Amino acid sequence: MSFRPIFAAHAWDDVKAGIYAKTAADVERALAAPKRTLADFQALISPAAAPYLERMAQLSQQLTRQRFGNTVQLYVPLYLSNECQNICTYCGFSLDNKIRRRTLSSVEMLQEAAVLKQWGYDHVLLVTGEANQTVGVDYLEKALQTLRPHFSHISMEVQPLDQADYERLIPQGLNTVLVYQETYHEADYRQHHPKGKKSNFHYRLDTPDRLGRAGIHKMGLGVLFGLEDWRTDAFYTALHLDYLERTYWQTKYSLSFPRLRPAEGLLQPKVEMTDRELVQLICAYRLLNEEVELSISTRESPTFRDNIIRLGITSISAGSKTNPGGYAVAPESLEQFEISDERSPADIAAMLRRQGYEPVWKDWDPTLTAISRR
Amino acid sequence: MKTQPLVIAGRTFSSRLFTGTGKFSSAPLMEEALLASGSELVTVALKRVDVTSADDDLLRHLGHVQFSLLPNTSGVRTAKEAVFAAQLAREALETDWLKLEIHPDPKYLLPDPVETLKAAEELVKLGFVVLPYIHADPVLCKRLEEVGVAAVMPLGSPIGSNKGLLTREFLEIIIGQSRVPVVVDAGIGAPSHAAAALEMGADAVLVNTAIAVAGQPVAMAHAFRLAVEAGRLAYEAKLAAPVSHAVASSPLTAFLD
Repeated sequence: MSFRPIFAAHAWDDVKAGIYAKTAADVERALAAPKRTLADFQALISPAAAPYLERMAQLSQQLTRQRFGNTVQLYVPLYLSNECQNICTYCGFSLDNKIRRRTLSSVEMLQEAAVLKQWGYDHVLLVTGEANQTVGVDYLEKALQTLRPHFSHISMEVQPLDQADYERLIPQGLNTVLVYQETYHEADYRQHHPKGKKSNFHYRLDTPDRLGRAGIHKMGLGVLFGLEDWRTDAFYTALHLDYLERTYWQTKYSLSFPRLRPAEGLLQPKVEMTDRELVQLICAYRLLNEEVELSISTRESPTFRDNIIRLGITSISAGSKTNPGGYAVAPESLEQFEISDERSPADIAAMLRRQGYEPVWKDWDPTLTAISRR
Repeated sequence: MKTQPLVIAGRTFSSRLFTGTGKFSSAPLMEEALLASGSELVTVALKRVDVTSADDDLLRHLGHVQFSLLPNTSGVRTAKEAVFAAQLAREALETDWLKLEIHPDPKYLLPDPVETLKAAEELVKLGFVVLPYIHADPVLCKRLEEVGVAAVMPLGSPIGSNKGLLTREFLEIIIGQSRVPVVVDAGIGAPSHAAAALEMGADAVLVNTAIAVAGQPVAMAHAFRLAVEAGRLAYEAKLAAPVSHAVASSPLTAFLD
C-alpha cells in the first residue's frame, strides 16, 4: 500500500481547475459543515473564500483553542551539516553553490546543544543537507546518541531514508521526521531538482509511507510555497495527510508552511504567496483537521508571527540559526536561508505570554517510548 | 448540608471533582483555578514535567497540601511503555497513584482497551493504585475491576470535545454494576454535564479543557465545584423518577382508601 495510486488518480490540472471553480456557495457550505471534507477544503483555499477570511480565522481560533488550549510549543532547529550533493534551485546548500562546507563533530554538537539548553529548549530539530558519504545514517545515528540525553524530543529534517534506516534510528530516540515534498507538480519538481538523489520525485513521495511502516511517532508534511500554484500544492498535501492518517493511524502529524526565502544563488519565486493567502491556508487546514499540529518558523516576519499564533498555529521556533555551528561553533558562517524574525527565544516566550499563551518547552518524555537514555 | 465523602483505595476525598492541568494559559492561572475548584486530586502529564528539575514550573504551582498528584501516562501507546512510564512517575513524584492512559490514536486520543487491561493487571501487581481511562465499556470495566483497579474512568465523549455525556446509556450500566468508584472522564464541557453525571450516580468527574479554555477559568472552576456538589446532593437526596404520563397530585381513586 502506498500513496502513489491516490496521487496518480488526481491529475494536477484537474485539481487546480476544480479549486479555481469553487463558488461562494461552496465556501458557505464548507463553513457550515460539521465535519469538513477534502472538497470543502478545496473551497476554503479557493479564491472564492477570500471574502470569508475573518470568519475562517474566528473558527480556526476557536477550534485550535479547544484542541490545544492556551499553549504554544517551542522548538529550535540545529543545523548539523551544510554538505549536499543535490542541486536545488532555491537552496543555499545546493551543490553548485561555492560555500564553505561544514559538518559538526560530536563535540561541536554538544557545544551547540549547550546554548540551546541554556535558552530553555527541550525539543530540537536536527537539519542536514543530503551527503550520504559524510552525513549518512551512521552519522545521524551518532548524532542521536550524542544529543538524546540532552533533549526530550528530537525531530529530524534530513534526506529521505529507506525504511530500514528509519527502523534503525527510531530506537535511538528519533521521535519525529519532517519531510517536505517541495512541490507535488512532478515536472516542476524535476526542474528544481536536476541533480542528486533528490531528483527522484517518487522516492520522496513515498517517504511518509516508509516512515509510517517504520512506526515513527510523528511526521511533518509540507511544500515549499513559491515553486508552484500554492492552492494546488496545498490540496495535495491535504490529500496526502488524509491518506496517511487513515493508514498510519498511530502516527501524529504536523504541517509547516515554508515560503521561499532569499538565499545564496536563489531563484525568484515563481508564485508569490501573500500574507493574506497564507492566513487563508492556515485557517483552511485547521477547519479541515482539528487535530493536526501547525507550525510556523522564523522565515516569517515578527508582525506576521505575532498575529498568526492566534489563528491556528500550535508550535513556533525562535532564535533559529540556519548554518551549522550557528549558535556557538561558527556563528558567522553562511546560512541556508535568511530568517525574518531575529528575536530571542525569551522575547518570543514573553510575546506569547502577553497574548495569553503559555510557552511550552517540554511536551514529551523519552520514557514514554521506553527509550534507553544510555 | 454535607454529602458522603468519596473513598478510593482507602483515601477519602471530600471533593468529587478531579481536575487536569493541561491547556491553561499560565501556571499561576492554573493554580488559581484548581484552588477555586476545590479539587483534591489533580492529574499531571508525565510528558509535561521535568522530573529531573526540583524547580519544575508546573509542579511548583501544585505544591498545596490539599492537592494529591495523579500522574498520567498520556503519550504511551502500549502496555509495556505504560509500565515503564508508571515506574518513572512513581519514583519522580513519590506516589503509587496512577491514571493509566494508553491511546495509540493521536487524533482522537481514544483509549486502547486491550493494552489498558494488560497494563492494569501488571501495574496492580507492582503495587500501583490504578485508575484507568477507558471507553464507556461495561464489560471492560468489570474485567478491570477483576484485575484490581481502584476505580474506572470511562469517557463521557471524546477527550477535549466538551460534548458531554454522549455515552450516557453505557455509563448507566457501568455505574449500576460497578463495585469500584466510577469517575466520568473526558468530554465534560459544562457544569451541567458534571451535575448530570453525579446525579446519575457517578462517584466523581474529571474536568480539564472546560475549565482551562473557559473565558474565565477561575470562575468556571468554581461553577464546576458547585455543580458537582449539587449533582451529588441530588443523587443522595434521591431524584423523583421521570414518568411519561401525568400523575395527578390528587389521585382519582383516593376515595377508596
